[in-house]
Amino acid sequence: MTTLTVPKRPEGRVRVWRLAAMIMMAITAVLLLVGLGTTPAFATTTPPPTAAAACATSATTGCLQGTIKLPSGDPAVGIKLEIKGGDLDTVATTGSDGKWSQAITVAGPYTINLDTSSIPDGAVLDSAAKNPATVNGALNKNVGFVFKIVGGTTAEDGTTTQTPTTDASTGVSFDRFLQQLVSGIRLGLLLALAAVGLSLIFGTTGLSNFAHGEQVTLGGLLAYLFANVLGLNLILAAVISVAICAATGYFQDTAIWKPLRRRGLGTTQLMIVTIGLSIALQYAFQYFLGASTVRIDMANPVTVQLGPVALSQQSLVSMAIAIVVIALVGFVLVKTRIGRATRAVSDNPSLAAASGIDVDRIIRLVWTSATALAGLSGVLLGLVLNGVNWQTGLQLLLLMFAAITLGGLGTAFGALAGAMIIGLVVELTNLVLPGDFKYATALVILILVLLVRPQGIFGRRERIG
Amino acid sequence: MDQFLTTLVAILNSAISPQTAALAIAAIGLNIHFGYTGLLNFGQAGFMLIGAYAFAISIIGGLPIILAFLIALVAAVLFALILGIPTLKLRGDYLAIVTLSAAEIVRMVGRSSLLTNITGGSNGITGNEYRGPFTDLSFFGDGRIDFGPWNYDATGSNGWWFIATAWFVVALLCLFVWAIMRSPWGRVLRGIREDEDAVRALGKNVYSYKMQALILGGVIGAIAGVVYILPASLQADSMGRSMTYFIFTALLLGGAATVFGPVLGAIVFFALRLLVQGLAGQFVPGTIMNGQQTEQFAWIVIGITLMLVVIFRPQGILGNKKELSFDVK
Repeated sequence: MTTLTVPKRPEGRVRVWRLAAMIMMAITAVLLLVGLGTTPAFATTTPPPTAAAACATSATTGCLQGTIKLPSGDPAVGIKLEIKGGDLDTVATTGSDGKWSQAITVAGPYTINLDTSSIPDGAVLDSAAKNPATVNGALNKNVGFVFKIVGGTTAEDGTTTQTPTTDASTGVSFDRFLQQLVSGIRLGLLLALAAVGLSLIFGTTGLSNFAHGEQVTLGGLLAYLFANVLGLNLILAAVISVAICAATGYFQDTAIWKPLRRRGLGTTQLMIVTIGLSIALQYAFQYFLGASTVRIDMANPVTVQLGPVALSQQSLVSMAIAIVVIALVGFVLVKTRIGRATRAVSDNPSLAAASGIDVDRIIRLVWTSATALAGLSGVLLGLVLNGVNWQTGLQLLLLMFAAITLGGLGTAFGALAGAMIIGLVVELTNLVLPGDFKYATALVILILVLLVRPQGIFGRRERIG
Repeated sequence: MDQFLTTLVAILNSAISPQTAALAIAAIGLNIHFGYTGLLNFGQAGFMLIGAYAFAISIIGGLPIILAFLIALVAAVLFALILGIPTLKLRGDYLAIVTLSAAEIVRMVGRSSLLTNITGGSNGITGNEYRGPFTDLSFFGDGRIDFGPWNYDATGSNGWWFIATAWFVVALLCLFVWAIMRSPWGRVLRGIREDEDAVRALGKNVYSYKMQALILGGVIGAIAGVVYILPASLQADSMGRSMTYFIFTALLLGGAATVFGPVLGAIVFFALRLLVQGLAGQFVPGTIMNGQQTEQFAWIVIGITLMLVVIFRPQGILGNKKELSFDVK
């Protein structure tokens, strides 16, 4: 008679949480180490910049506004704009920050005529710009309009000659290629941090979490709250933010997702629930912070020159942290019991349950670490981009989906590979196409890959049918 | 009390506005995808945008309005083919991700500065540039018509002519959906939603039926886009991802796989938002919640409503729970 050997079950709750705690501590340690290595790690405690409150919108007023910059990138001061429409006929002038704004009380079309004689010498209005321009003013809204000023000269008779652009910003040179390559790796790493979690959630529960982008935003905004508003040390603020994000994952699973799984809601239904959650969170962010972009670290970024590549110190540190944490996640997934259990659940939940794995606990752990990773990604993204707003994560969500689809839905390592590819594609696109298209190319590639290899790079055929 | 009356009038106005009708039409299209066939189309706003651009640009290019409208429909057909060919053989979530991405691509290309001469870039196209031919069709005459709480110009933008045509289109489409879903063709679609393999076993070409449904719903989405921009202006960002989410919310509120669900849902969607905003403005002191915040608060309530509806009443207001198994494979 054969004895049935039951695979030894991980020793329950304690073990899982000891491991989770270890991961958290490791992340903390890494953050601390890397942080101590670089000197300007302390956030200055300057109060958040008050937005240029020249014009506030309300139910009865709206704003027309814009920023005008000189070709050098400095703000263009004292540019006069004649604004007509509604009951208005007035002149707005750009301030020391190059910004102009005009409050309106009547919705409708307004013509804005830029007084070209107020443009300083050596610069002219871009010949492609519409002047006068018509914009649709609306109440309770900020309506922006941008006049582009380029280098050039104005002749006596008022005709302008535009200096041919040297194309420093779009030309393909090897140095620029390197710069974009490094930016691509940077974006890929930060994307990977967030995408791994999304992929693991998908793998273990079958849920496409549309609110994952908001988890990224949450990380960034919490870091702003602690580092900037409350004036904590940047590292401490980052650690607290990540911890809070982890907690949101834990409690989300406890309060929402586990009960819904028990109720037997289908994955489509759950997906739409996450859309509702995403809408609610987006507007909750706006409720507390408005639409403004806030900075986590008020100090001006210090740039480090590495050969032809210029990177801010924040970027270097963020990339280092991302690499270490991703390596850690990979190690946990491959080498530890919990990691193997996670992959087993991801593979086949019923079989995993039958072999003694506590599926619910694994899913709880996945939610906790996925939101922690997304939060960390948000903090680092906020530092790298030098600003966070309510839609920082939202813009990343599609790239994350593209990354995990490209890598193979539900495979953790596929998500890493996919994220790196998407990151590179997005930044390298900038070499040949204007910035507007950089996200679009990533999505085009996604669609093309689905045509050729629908299961993604690491996916398996039977998953897609 | 005054504020309450203002809110009530605002709700009544939004209930008949062409924008509400446009949302209803988009939801009717999505209903064919999601409600009847079980296709997860997260790019309905993309179809709207395609239709809107095709229509506006054709008119500005000097084509007659009928031709411009047809071009909008053809553009939606092409868009549906491009989306459907790679994804309809795959599992549902692939279609979701691809449609979502494709809609974003349309928006990004539309608002790109490279195409400013054609699409107006991020500023879009103002209504005056394409509205003319449609206004000229009006036989409502000039002047104003007052009808209960609704006082509008007879023909001007946002006037009765726009309102009447928009809701006429809604009525036509409801009739169309009612008729087509009782036909054998409609029954095949429902069959695909319930059990794709069973339908395949009956010898039906599931792929082809799904494609037809995607095209039909997409074309209706393009009509919604045209209706949406006629009284307003065309701005790429107004038909982004949020729009798709709002269409889903309206559809699920009213009841997927029902004829009138999308229409009711669209009206309730705007009414709910205005009601919450009005109530919050009236009862919560301005020191706690300012004007801007009441609006955002209303959107938060919309998001939570969507969650609660899907969890507790997935069939919506009008739906039949038995009919809607809801889970797309």
